[in-house]
Amino acid sequence: MTVKVNGDPRDLPDGETVRALVARYQLTPEKVAIELNRRLVRSEKYDTPLKDGDEVEIVTFVGGG
Amino acid sequence: MTKFGLKKRRKIAYNTPMDVFRIKDFEIRNRLFVGTGKYATYELMQQALEASGCQVVTVAVRRERLVDKQGRSLLDFLDLDKYVILPNTAGCFTAEDAIRVSLLGRDLLEKNGNRGAGWVKLEVLGDKKTLLPDPVGTLEATRELVKEGFTVLCYTSDDPIAARRLKEAGAASVMPAGSPIGSGQGILNPLNISLCLETLKENDPRYPVIVDAGVGTASDVAIAMELGADGVLLNTGIAHAKDPVKMAQAMRHALEAGRLSYQAGRIPKKRYATASSPFEGVISYIPGE
Repeated sequence: MTVKVNGDPRDLPDGETVRALVARYQLTPEKVAIELNRRLVRSEKYDTPLKDGDEVEIVTFVGGG
Repeated sequence: MTKFGLKKRRKIAYNTPMDVFRIKDFEIRNRLFVGTGKYATYELMQQALEASGCQVVTVAVRRERLVDKQGRSLLDFLDLDKYVILPNTAGCFTAEDAIRVSLLGRDLLEKNGNRGAGWVKLEVLGDKKTLLPDPVGTLEATRELVKEGFTVLCYTSDDPIAARRLKEAGAASVMPAGSPIGSGQGILNPLNISLCLETLKENDPRYPVIVDAGVGTASDVAIAMELGADGVLLNTGIAHAKDPVKMAQAMRHALEAGRLSYQAGRIPKKRYATASSPFEGVISYIPGE
């Protein structure tokens, strides 16, 4: 299936969960926040499987004013 | 009595710590809010934050791995036990996006157990060139975020009417800009800033007002504080100074000087001179007499 991650289309195995996606990018779950189709996904929901055409945003903090 | 027979003078606490103020449940001990953007290195940022004496630091929310190519995270360079993190919605041009970013920022701070979870520095911008706020979008986003339970600190222009509307919409603090973000032009319209202060604090003197944006140098901070602002938020003025650590110290002192000066109450400005030494008893010729 194809899922858009941070704006770029990615081929991912069917049924990939949010948690697995975070692990795939070697990210620490505590250091990122995640949106699925423009809605916040809280940590309790990281086992939600993604679907073809989903859009995921993985964000963190950067320097800002 | 001292050995010279003089009466011991009463000790005066010249170094009294800055008085505390509150933004809803947040107790603010240091009135300088400092941004974490645009430093040459994270290490330099750490030193500058330390030198500024700040308690509250602002951060932005961005896509992962698109900013620091080395893969280092800002979170590894901020002492989360020491600083209260204030996430911003910089880069948002619609109320909807500002709300999304606020929710993401809150989630990140909750995960990290930081006190800043639940407050946000709201920016809804009008365009990229001026970075001036979109007043309608800012108002809409304020209402929504207040409904979501956020303590909203609202970046706005120095328009006292807009400021009043934001307060009425539930903003916990209104933060008028001294001049455009990152412009270093200081307080361009002190009259408007004082009108904002007057409007927002009328029958509500403890309502917190923070001057946000435009600070270029230490005297700008002092001016904002002398006008009666509760605090100042700045970033570029420190981060892009030739010596950010030294400038951070300067900002810290200016904030203290400005606060004390405001509390002390300045003399009114007069058109003509008033002699500090008496004229009575002068032995000299005085023109016109």
